[in-house]
Amino acid sequence: MALNDIQKKILAEVADLHKVPMGAYNFRINGATESRNTTANIDIRSKADGSGIDIHIMPGTKNESVHIPVVLSKSGLKETVYNDFYVGEGADVTIVAGCGIDNCGNQDSQHDGIHRFFVERGAKVRYVEKHYGSGDGSGKRILNPVTEVYMDEDSHMEMEMAQIKGVDSTVRSTIAEMKKGSSLIVRERLMTHGVQNAVSTYKVSLLEEGATADVVSRSVARDSSTQKFDACIAGFAPCKGHTECDSIIMDNGTILAVPSLEARHVDAALVHEAAIGKIAGEQLIKLMTLGLTEHEAEEEIINGFLA
Amino acid sequence: MLELKNISFSVKSEDGKTKDIIRNLNLTVKDRTFTVITGPNGSGKTTLAKLIAGIEKPTGGKILLDGQDITDMDITDRAKAGIGFAFQAPVRFKGITVYDLLRIASGKKITPSAACEYLSEVGLCARDYISREANASLSGGEIKRIEIATVLARQSRLSVFDEPEAGIDLWSFQNLIRVFRSMREKINDSSMIIISHQERILEIADEIAVLADGTIEKYGKKEDIFPTLIGTEAAQETCTRLR
Repeated sequence: MALNDIQKKILAEVADLHKVPMGAYNFRINGATESRNTTANIDIRSKADGSGIDIHIMPGTKNESVHIPVVLSKSGLKETVYNDFYVGEGADVTIVAGCGIDNCGNQDSQHDGIHRFFVERGAKVRYVEKHYGSGDGSGKRILNPVTEVYMDEDSHMEMEMAQIKGVDSTVRSTIAEMKKGSSLIVRERLMTHGVQNAVSTYKVSLLEEGATADVVSRSVARDSSTQKFDACIAGFAPCKGHTECDSIIMDNGTILAVPSLEARHVDAALVHEAAIGKIAGEQLIKLMTLGLTEHEAEEEIINGFLA
Repeated sequence: MLELKNISFSVKSEDGKTKDIIRNLNLTVKDRTFTVITGPNGSGKTTLAKLIAGIEKPTGGKILLDGQDITDMDITDRAKAGIGFAFQAPVRFKGITVYDLLRIASGKKITPSAACEYLSEVGLCARDYISREANASLSGGEIKRIEIATVLARQSRLSVFDEPEAGIDLWSFQNLIRVFRSMREKINDSSMIIISHQERILEIADEIAVLADGTIEKYGKKEDIFPTLIGTEAAQETCTRLR
């Protein structure tokens, strides 16, 4: 696989990849599969209509990983990709997705990835997704990920989703439907700057007894950027749901937090929290008494908050 | 050596009148001394601490550190010049760990074992605390001791502690006294200023300055000053059962 420097940098940013990873992978670069590897337990196939890939993880697969990074380094490329993950019963795997766009041109580049996860009984998935943009062209870098999670009984999924830099416009939409005893943990990290706009929507449905969900978003809006966080947890059975949105607002940023709960069972225990505030002056002063400049103090506070 | 020369600090109140918080204050803190500044509530103790750290700027007078005029230096430059400051109400951070604070304080990448040293100085086990966030989950006593550890990690020429006993439970207070006794023993060439009106802290002092109505009312060796303070607001007893 021959990659140029920009493509290598993006791979490092979105997937922490500095070389070809172990295990199964599918690298999609500028609209086409560049390289793929399957293992005895993990199969990756292109969909017949060419719209994306199907990833099949055999029941009982343990401690394996799948990397499916996407790189767009051509200006003006727009694509919609459907990736379906079938995680077999009792499997325990890490899936690393991520998309980076480098746009030095004047046309918009856009990647809309639709990921569907079918997590079978007792399976465990750790899903890591990072989005990153670079390049100084006037064309926008646009990412609109859709994530759908269907969790069978006693399955467990942890999702870490981060978008820290360079994406001009993003509309994220995540839905989850959860059966008996399944659990979902979501940690979202988002930073917007310039005139960027980010919208993140969650709808988590706790359908059966014992399902639990914890959706936590931390975000920083700098410059004149705007953000909207809209998370709804719905409980249809005795279940537990928690959603939290915690944001730092800076400069002329705008943040709209709309957490909501929907209880359709008397034993659905649902909690939401939302807080938006600027960096406290006393936090800056404390770090300045430790020798940091005001600017350095601000960076430490933001980096810690989004860590 | 820290010299406060003719320091004044005043604020404008809502009705437009000027209120003097500190008035023509003179004080010299020598190297290798543990100085306690005491005085009744509202006498200007915390303001004085903030003036030394650069968090407030005096409206008159000069501040010298080892002969260098630091009056116009901001907080960062004073920290770099060798002034450490422990807050009365330590600040909490979401996401910043205890290790991060010690790393920032020491000004370099430190190993976990170096961080452990500072934490054990204040009676905390590093294993339990090093990766914890310095957030609201820490108790008043824990965050107070972590605050002191960050000041220790700076290895400042002069460290100022603003009411270290405020807001902690009596059990933690006992430990805090031990921590300050130990710091007094290891003072070497540095010096420490503690703002406090706790008798137990006054007992550790080399020198005591008594602040009243924004200026130094009495200053001298502990042996001379301490007996005059017993039973006043400037030297408050802790619960006798804890002695």
